[in-house]
Amino acid sequence: MSFQGYRRQDGSVGIRNYVGIISTVSCANDVTWWISQEVKGSVPFVHGQGCAQTRPDLDQVTRTLISLGWNPNLAGVLIVSLGCESVLADQIAAGIAKSGKPVEMVVIQKVGGAKAAVTQGSSLAQAMVAKASKLRREEFADSELVLGVKCGASDTTSGLAANPAAGATCDLLIDNGGTCIFGETTEFIGAEHILVRRAATHQVAEKIMNVVARTEKRAIAMGFDMRGGQPTTGNIAGGLTTIEEKSLGAIVKGGSRPIQEVYEYGERPQGKGLFIVDTPGREPEFLTALAAAGAQVIVFTTGLGAPQGFPFIPVIKVTANPATYERLPDHLDMLVSLSEHTDFAETGHVLYQEIIEVASGKQTKAEILNYGNFPNIFTIGPVI
Amino acid sequence: MKQEAVILNPRDNVATALCNLKAGNILQVRVGERKLEIKLRAQVPFGHKLSLAQMAPGSPIIKYGEVIGTSTETIQLGDYVHVHNVASARGRGDLAKVMK
Repeated sequence: MSFQGYRRQDGSVGIRNYVGIISTVSCANDVTWWISQEVKGSVPFVHGQGCAQTRPDLDQVTRTLISLGWNPNLAGVLIVSLGCESVLADQIAAGIAKSGKPVEMVVIQKVGGAKAAVTQGSSLAQAMVAKASKLRREEFADSELVLGVKCGASDTTSGLAANPAAGATCDLLIDNGGTCIFGETTEFIGAEHILVRRAATHQVAEKIMNVVARTEKRAIAMGFDMRGGQPTTGNIAGGLTTIEEKSLGAIVKGGSRPIQEVYEYGERPQGKGLFIVDTPGREPEFLTALAAAGAQVIVFTTGLGAPQGFPFIPVIKVTANPATYERLPDHLDMLVSLSEHTDFAETGHVLYQEIIEVASGKQTKAEILNYGNFPNIFTIGPVI
Repeated sequence: MKQEAVILNPRDNVATALCNLKAGNILQVRVGERKLEIKLRAQVPFGHKLSLAQMAPGSPIIKYGEVIGTSTETIQLGDYVHVHNVASARGRGDLAKVMK
């Protein structure tokens, strides 16, 4: 199968063609936002990090911002910096420029404040949009697709039907030579023995065990039963009793193919196939990890109705809860049938078709609503 | 007839309700080759679980053919199974605190 996409200089293929306005630090978010509102064809990336953090977190933020800039759905990037933040804006801009795409920068403290930064930044972004808009979609094989999968606001229907459908879609894409990325390490807890069996090598198996142990240790270190946090209050209301139950239902969304590698938060997987990115499952941080990993499109299964999209990634919302589908027509793209007789291979094909259409330009509900403008970057240590 | 509950693996000792089930309802379910008739002892909402067996406290709760937790009290056939009578074995910082 093939889709219509945009060719990028590094060999990747975009399915959207935006200019990304990327904030380096929370203090530059307002200017970033204003520029994105002034320039049609641009999208913002704002977050709560970038300063007064320990080295591992600053490195993680830097790595993530560079990887986001590489995402093939962006034709060019404008970096918005305050000027005195801990992360280095020049380093981020240079890291993104290695992708071959145009990168510009505006520094608020240098140009004379917010108003001046918006004026200068908007001019730079306008020029980049004008140039990007000349690019035409071309036909590409589906092996160029990088699909991210996510579940959120889950209830028991997620594990029974929506996640198995997403898993069948992942299997199809992998078999066609494409790439799938999943994660949400917290939701491996209690199901890690199943994932380990699918690890391509012993090293990958060990990494899976290690990231799960690391995540569980962080939760235990707080000294409380994590239930209520995971599974969330909403999950429990939806019938999920323990993290083990949630995890067993969650991991099936990654399908059944071998797991090639486990990556750190903000890293970009190399090669094709099925990959894990180590990250907690919360939406603002996890969707960012998928975007940083190079996903052009995301399938997001939900039971209770999660609204989030992402500024430059189409997010396809899938549910198996018919009441949720009826109640939230603005948010949900697809309903999967829920019974003992559901043929997930067939449902997987239907979802695959939808992905191909969305890749070629069909808008998702979250894109039409413009919902999901406030992502974040996952950090480990304290704010200092 | 509309399916009222689903059992995912023959090893499971809980089923998931596919509609809102009332106390006193009688369900006919199939667990592998076995046919079970279950009288519900409590209301079980859509998507929530009901017991397929009598279980002593400390018994493993099995769904998807895997252990999802441990019973914290005696669970009867047809009981509602959720956070009130099942504990998780994972992410238990509270237990780590007691051990200190």
